[in-house]
Amino acid sequence: MVDIPLDTVAGIPPAEVGEVELYHPRSWWTRYVFSQDAKVIAVQYSITAMAIGMVALVLSWLMRLQLGFPGTFSFIDANQYLQFITMHGMIMVVYLLTALFLGGFGNYLIPLMVGARDMVFPYVNMLSYWIYLLAVLVLVSTFFMPGGPTGAGWTLYPPQAILSGTPGQDWGIILMLASLILFIIGFTMGGLNYVVTVLQGRTRGMTLMRMPLTVWGIFTATVMALLAFPALFVASVMLLLDRLLETSFFMPTLVEMGELKQYSGGSPILFQHLFWFFGHPEVYIVALPAFGIISDLISVHARKNIFGYRMMVWAIVGIGALSFVVWAHHMYVSGMNPYFGFFFATTTLIIAIPTAIKVYNWVLTLWRGDIHLTIPMLFALAFIITFVNGGLTGLFLGNVVVDVPLSDTMFVVAHFHMVMGIAPIMAVFGGIYHWYPKVTGRMLNEALGRFHFWVSFLGAYAIFFPMHYLGLLGMPRRYHDIGETAFVPASAHDLNAFMSVAALIVGFAQLVFLFNLVWSLFKGKEAGGNPWGAASLEWQTPETPPAHGNWGKELPIVYRWAYDYSVPGAPQDFVPQNEPPAGWSARGAHP
Amino acid sequence: MAETALINNLEPPARAGGLQGIVADWSSDQRAFKNVSWGKAMMWIFLLSDTFIFSCFLLSYMTARMSTTVPWPNPSEVFALRIGGREIPLILIAIMTFILISSSGTMAMAVNFGYRRDRVKTAALMFVTAAFGATFVGMQAFEWTKLIMEGVRPWGNPWGAAQFGSSFFMITGFHGTHVTIGVIFLIAIARKVLRGDFDVGRRGFFTSRKGHYEIVEITGLYWHFVDLVWVFIFALFYLW
Repeated sequence: MVDIPLDTVAGIPPAEVGEVELYHPRSWWTRYVFSQDAKVIAVQYSITAMAIGMVALVLSWLMRLQLGFPGTFSFIDANQYLQFITMHGMIMVVYLLTALFLGGFGNYLIPLMVGARDMVFPYVNMLSYWIYLLAVLVLVSTFFMPGGPTGAGWTLYPPQAILSGTPGQDWGIILMLASLILFIIGFTMGGLNYVVTVLQGRTRGMTLMRMPLTVWGIFTATVMALLAFPALFVASVMLLLDRLLETSFFMPTLVEMGELKQYSGGSPILFQHLFWFFGHPEVYIVALPAFGIISDLISVHARKNIFGYRMMVWAIVGIGALSFVVWAHHMYVSGMNPYFGFFFATTTLIIAIPTAIKVYNWVLTLWRGDIHLTIPMLFALAFIITFVNGGLTGLFLGNVVVDVPLSDTMFVVAHFHMVMGIAPIMAVFGGIYHWYPKVTGRMLNEALGRFHFWVSFLGAYAIFFPMHYLGLLGMPRRYHDIGETAFVPASAHDLNAFMSVAALIVGFAQLVFLFNLVWSLFKGKEAGGNPWGAASLEWQTPETPPAHGNWGKELPIVYRWAYDYSVPGAPQDFVPQNEPPAGWSARGAHP
Repeated sequence: MAETALINNLEPPARAGGLQGIVADWSSDQRAFKNVSWGKAMMWIFLLSDTFIFSCFLLSYMTARMSTTVPWPNPSEVFALRIGGREIPLILIAIMTFILISSSGTMAMAVNFGYRRDRVKTAALMFVTAAFGATFVGMQAFEWTKLIMEGVRPWGNPWGAAQFGSSFFMITGFHGTHVTIGVIFLIAIARKVLRGDFDVGRRGFFTSRKGHYEIVEITGLYWHFVDLVWVFIFALFYLW
């Protein structure tokens, strides 16, 4: 809105590059299976991610059953409990959230939102998905290997990760590391596509500062992932060598079961540094796309332009940059120079500034907006609340002196589930309810959606709110069975049982959601091209769902930002990005 | 993909230089890097990511080397060759480094001839570059063999810290893999150049897009990067 007058004077620059011929599928296989169309790849990514996510969901049920009713379920022994923890964490963080936000939302939305016909390298993009699928299959295969999946915890800390006391020492850890390496290779292929498409593949008139915040979030997260995943790649390779060749990168001299191992002189702390140099940016790799999606949902469903767009963009970029200098706040209890602790605590708390800017701007966008409590809006509101909640406990854990007593308690589990579990998942759901009509042409069922929202939102709080309290009591995380201890009162056990029941209910609500996805595909209400009256480019496609090549004969020309809602004097309460300003005649004029 | 670089509609508007130019480019529509094709942009960003991988490898190695309590084997002695009855330190590595740096020169010439559309010279120089690369890998294989015969293993060696062998094999192995991939790419692209694919606009087998001579430069970017990484490995592993 700010920069429209410039265009009416200067006009839209001519196209700098000719159109690149698209790959045209010739058979059913290349159209729907080995497809090079980003939209199909996005759906493939999303379905795979949600399928493996269901596995992780079931694992969380099993953990909750054990924690809530210790001793009742004899088929869950201590080893299995550790394996469930590990697989649940790794799947949810990497194989579900990262893949769904970047591979799913990224693939679908980037080309449509920046006005491209496809990703810049469709073939590489296709490879990205198939390597991701391979990584998932390798990961799943560990369930069926002798010894089962690894039980090292999702952080895979050596030395215990590769020693025989840890379940899955035979195949679990090897295949886990192999799967991570594959994932990173596959992701890099996709990530290069997303970055180059945003930087070099935009349509005429689409400046970076007119991109919807969703694209900004996914773009920044992808850049971060391209710089953070290398650390995990290196750590995985080295840990794999330690396991397979008995090198001593991470393994100190140690005695195991009374036997002196080959290892000597390695540094377990080095692994932690490498892991968290990946691990902390990873938090924002899943949070930034969520920030972007939420910004768009709020603006569309409150019929109001996003407050402080430029600040929102710079906050995203700032958070992305800062997240590379905070990693050691995960290692306060690992043994570190105290001045480092001071440094990392400071940088950690500085991140609160851009994050708070975002939260204030969301609230100010809602302020006196025409709020429609649609399902995407409900999820967006739930996201803000949950994220603020998780962010505030982050302030506790970011301080060394507060973190030390709280570390390795349920408080930490509650914190990161709020901030990077529930909050991003709320954004995922909001995004799916919002864009499903564009992907399929049909609306998701409203009643089922509201049921899904309320059960998930309230249920998530029923699970994780009491968990903070348990953590403050000192209840440790990753314990199979807490047993009788003096500092845990009997009431805490009742609370645990309550949380477990809530977890089961929330889990079943997700089945309703999956049912809704399938049912609405066939029976949902026809959506039309732009059911929400949204201004951004993906809703202005000539066909819904968008056809191969997205835009028909001519690429759209963008004249304004994506947030022209409730513009005074406009015929509708929104102005699409490709709507020329009044009195503009040269629409679609091709040089 | 390279198509995008070569088709420029109309004359490009005059652009400001310096910092203002960067700001202007980044606030413009369509492309943040003007006159940079998709393929070249992708290669640069990939190399940035790969830089982080090599940095992590090298930093890990340096951490291990600095924190080890047992002595680190002396690279000048370990990597010495007995030629004519005299121990010459680092001689093999010096030759390898010379060869790899030279290959960057031939690569740069290939890029130049590529833009002049001189098929034969471009392809010939790329083959020479590939041959240099293959020689490098071959000499590395010789070096590995020699060290293995002397008892260096990833898990230990006769002279000191176990991390010496593990870092050496891991880092040079990872770099050697990069060189090998580069050699394969060079040969594949050189074959396309020689066949005239980029003159007749023949479509790639997988991508079904038309190739351009720019791919020679993109391959060159990768090749120079691999050389540059070697300089760091040489300095930090052998000369330290």
